[in-house]
Order: sequence, then C-alpha cells, then structure tokens
Amino acid sequence: MADNTPVLEVRDLSVQFRTNDGPVYAVNHVDFTLGRGQTLGIVGESGSGKSQTMLAMMGLLARNGAATGQVLHHGRNLLGLPAAELNAVRGDRIAMIFQDPMTSLNPYLSVERQMTEVLELHRGLGRREARARAIRALDAVKIPDAKRRIDFYPHEFSGGMRQRVMIAMALLCEPEVLIADEPTTALDATVQAQITQLLRELQRDHGTAIVMITHDLGVVAGLCDDVMVMYGGRVMEHAPADDIFHRPTHPYTRGLLAALPRLDAGAGALVSIPGNPPNMNALPPGCPFSARCRFVEDRCVATMPLLQHLAPTSPTLRACHRSVAELDAMEAAGV
Amino acid sequence: MTAAAAPIDTAPAGRSPWRDARQRFLRNRAAVGSVVVLTLIALACVFGPMLLPNAFDSVDWNLMSAPPTRAGWHLFGTDELGRDLLVRTLIGGRISLLVGVLATLVSVTIGVVWGAVAGFAGGRVDSAMMRVVDMAYAVPYLLIAILVVTVFGRDILLVVAAIASFSWLDMARVVRGQTLSIKSREFVEAARAIGVPTWRIIFQHVVPNLLGVVVIYTSIVVPGVILSESVLSFLGLGVQEPMTSWGVLIHDGAAVMAATPWMILFPAAALSITLYCANFIGDGLRDALDPKER
Repeated sequence: MADNTPVLEVRDLSVQFRTNDGPVYAVNHVDFTLGRGQTLGIVGESGSGKSQTMLAMMGLLARNGAATGQVLHHGRNLLGLPAAELNAVRGDRIAMIFQDPMTSLNPYLSVERQMTEVLELHRGLGRREARARAIRALDAVKIPDAKRRIDFYPHEFSGGMRQRVMIAMALLCEPEVLIADEPTTALDATVQAQITQLLRELQRDHGTAIVMITHDLGVVAGLCDDVMVMYGGRVMEHAPADDIFHRPTHPYTRGLLAALPRLDAGAGALVSIPGNPPNMNALPPGCPFSARCRFVEDRCVATMPLLQHLAPTSPTLRACHRSVAELDAMEAAGV
Repeated sequence: MTAAAAPIDTAPAGRSPWRDARQRFLRNRAAVGSVVVLTLIALACVFGPMLLPNAFDSVDWNLMSAPPTRAGWHLFGTDELGRDLLVRTLIGGRISLLVGVLATLVSVTIGVVWGAVAGFAGGRVDSAMMRVVDMAYAVPYLLIAILVVTVFGRDILLVVAAIASFSWLDMARVVRGQTLSIKSREFVEAARAIGVPTWRIIFQHVVPNLLGVVVIYTSIVVPGVILSESVLSFLGLGVQEPMTSWGVLIHDGAAVMAATPWMILFPAAALSITLYCANFIGDGLRDALDPKER
C-alpha cells in the first residue's frame, strides 16, 4: 500500500462570494497535495479563508459562494460533481470533523442513530451490523462502556466525549482523508491534548491523511508534517512543520510565532501583530499583509508577491517580495 | 477487591430530550388532569352508546322534551322528538372528536412537510411555496366550505377536508420559520459532510428538531378544528340528520334554550370541557418542551 500517489490534490482553488458589496475573494489560488498518512496544517487568523478552503473541497459552500480550480481525489475532480456522486465520497472517502462538537450532533437523535446512518448510507449495512461497527468505533476513540453509551443522546456527553464521538463517526468508513476544522478549539487544554493524541494514533493505525485547520500552533507542532499559513485568503508560506517553527521565512509567520505566549519569557506584555485582519471586501492590490507588515515597502502595496520556492531545491514556498536575508538584516537592526 | 465492588460504570440508559419533557409534563397537574378528563370523554363517546339502552335515533313517544330523569335512562333528558340526549351527546362527540383528530392529522402532516421543504429549500422554491400559503389565506374558508358541501353533498370526510384545507396554513408558516433557524445549525452541515441526501436531511435530521414546536402548535390546532366543525354544523353544513355532532346539538338546543335549557347545556358543556382540556394540555406541552427549561 506504500504508494506515493497523492490521495488529494488541490490545484489553484479559489472561492468567491457574491455579496451586496460586490464579490468577495475569500480564497485565492490555493495549491497543495496530500499523500497517504500525511498531515497538513492550515494556520491563519479568523477570516483568512482556511475554513472556506475546506468547505469548498467538500462542496459545502454557502449558496452565494462559488469555487474554481480543481480538487482531485485520486485524479477525479470533486468540484462541480453532482450532489449524488459527491454524497458517495463525502463521509466515506473524505470525512470531516467540525469545530464545535456541542452543535454538530443532532440533539434529538441518539448517537447510535447518527452513527449507523453513516454506515447504512455508504456501506449498505443493516442496523444490527452497523451498530456493532459503531460500537467498535467508539471503543477505538476510547469511550468507556461504548456498548451502553451508544444509546445516549448528545446532551449526555461532555464536550471532549462529543468530539470523540464526532471523530469516531468520521472514521466509521475508514476515510482516506480526514478534514478537521479546528477540532480542539472548543475544548479545554487537557482534552485538546487527548484529542490530538487520539488523532495521531488513529492516523498511525489507519494511514489516514489529515488536513488540520487550526489557529493553535501547539496542535500544529504536535501533529503536522507540513504547514500552510494563510492570510487574507492567500497562502503566505507553505513549508515543513519544522521549518515553519525554526526557520520561518515570512513576516506574517514570524509575527504569529512571536505572538505565542511563552511560559519561560517571564512576566511581560503579550506580543501581538499590530492592526486587524483585512476587510475582505476591499483587499489591497498587493500583499494582503502589507498594511500590518513591519517590513513593508512600496512594491508590497502595489503588487502581490508570487508564491515561490525559497530555493530551487527547498520544499519551502513563500510569498514575499523581501528576501529572507533582507528580513533577517532588518530584524537584527531592530525594525 | 471484594465481591461487593460492583462495577462503577453503570451508566443509565440514554435519556432522550423527549423523556425529560415527559417528566416535566407529568409534574403539571392541570395538564395531567386534562389528559385524564379528555380520555374519559373520548372513552365515553366511543363505548357509552353501546352500553346505554337507548339508541341515538330511537324516539321515546312518552317523553318528549323531557328534563333529565332516571326514567328510561334519560340522564340528560330528551329532545323535542323524544330522542335520548345523553346518547346523542356521546354520538355527537364521536363525530366532533373524529373530525378534530382527522382534520388535525391531515393539516399537521401537510403543514409540516410543506413548511419544512419550503424552509429548507429556501430561495425561489421557498418564495413560491409561501406565496401559495399567502394566497390560500386570502380565501374566505366558510365560503369554500359552503360551496364544497353544496356541490358534493354532506359527508364527514368533506367536512374534514374543508377544515384541513385552511388549518394547515398556520402550521406551514410556523414550521418554515423554525426550519430556517435549524437549517443553519452545524449538525445539518455535518450531515451534509457525511453525504446524507437532502430529503433525508429534511426528514431525518430537521423534522425531529421541529417536533417540539409542532406538538405545541398541534394542541392549538385541535380545539380550533373542533370549533370549526361546530361552526360548520351550526350553519347546517355538518353531518346529516339523524346523525349529529356537538355543533348540531348546540344549534338545535339554542333554538329552544328558554324552554328546555338542558338541550343546549349538556352538549355545550361537553364541547367546552373538551376545549378547556385541549388548551390545558397545550399549555403543559409548551412548558414541558420549552428549551429554556433544559
């Protein structure tokens, strides 16, 4: 099974929304490939387009949204696929975990009903067989006494348990790709660690590829192979996780990392990136980060830098007019 | 470890939101009392005529317009043709309750499906479907009911159809509004991400969430429907003589109210008690299913 053909390939994916204030370009020219068992982290502030990228891939955009480009699942483009064919892929080969486990389970249906539905739809299993599989899935995400708890209703589970239920549900059909949209954001810190650990184990056991959307860099460090940093609907930097943390090449990535609160930094003001995320209705013609960038120069405002390899052989992609050497020099000079 | 160390993990069976609501309902005395009274009335209407010695259309030539008496089991008295009023009230109750239940079922079914589909589909489909409702609102229903009955003759199913044809409109509106808010909930998106087809999302995921509102609203529809039947019967558009309903009995009794008040008193009391009970039950359901109580 150790083949290197990508499970999921996203090419030039853009999303725009028609609004009363004119078109909003929520996602622009996103490319990435995902191999079997790989984990890609997508990081960015609220409104950077990371969630919309995933929704577009799943065909879940709001009514006024439109996606262009290609989302290839084993070479088949998912964009523009009729709903019936898309339904056969969603939840089966590609599954999704939502941000808030409190609201993404139907309060009026027992967990058993919601889990068996997936298997009935995609595997055509009977109720009893589906139930047995669902119980095994709950066992796998370490829900104690799964046999009995499967008949519970969502409100009888705690937040962390519900997220486990969501994960179990997403993994029922052993999907090749798991899209996790901020799966730990609504949970407290200890539970976050458990969920991250759980995802890592499940990935090891099943070889599932994971796309992890988050604004928690700690989760990224714990789980991801590659990281894509988004801002204003554009990819700012796309590099292996180690490089992102140790050798960030983009001013925005550096800002994000500097803003991480550290226990060993002693008492002091929290660092932040000055300014606010851009208004998506009125993006500048150049780099969307230019309004908040310490290293900004005229051409940053005028033209959008292309996403290019740092060096011909480097896996790192970055979109910045300034070279890394320039940034380092300016930082050393205390800009 | 001793044998007494029983497993701690004895989680109770799943408690559905419905079970919580049932417990709250059972704590409401007025509502529970109403359920008991209504059940008794329904049972009396169904089985009473079989147990009593008089038939609803047989005439007692010795006792015409007689006040309530134990002679000949005329506990509610007789009407001016000497027919036993107790049995006629019970028989009339059968018709009124039957029409009430049937018309409510029909109107609730149509209203829920119409409203849920319109609300979930949204956009043009929604607009078109709700404009149909608006237009139906503008039609004077009594006129239609009179027309239908004159053209097709008197038939209890026609009465049901006539009542249902206008009483589903409110339900459709209420359900649509509720669907709009449920549609934007995350679990609907989650269902979509799992690959659940649209019709199945509507009926498997959205409708169960609507049921609280639907149940409450149904309890308002039932008395309204029973009242409508009475109105139609009162206007002479209901069931055919000698068959009767509460509305017919009240109509007949009203004509001779001054001389023989029991002829209106008993059927009117039966109708009022039923309506009161239905309203109390509705109140109880509303409190029991109120999300703020959770």
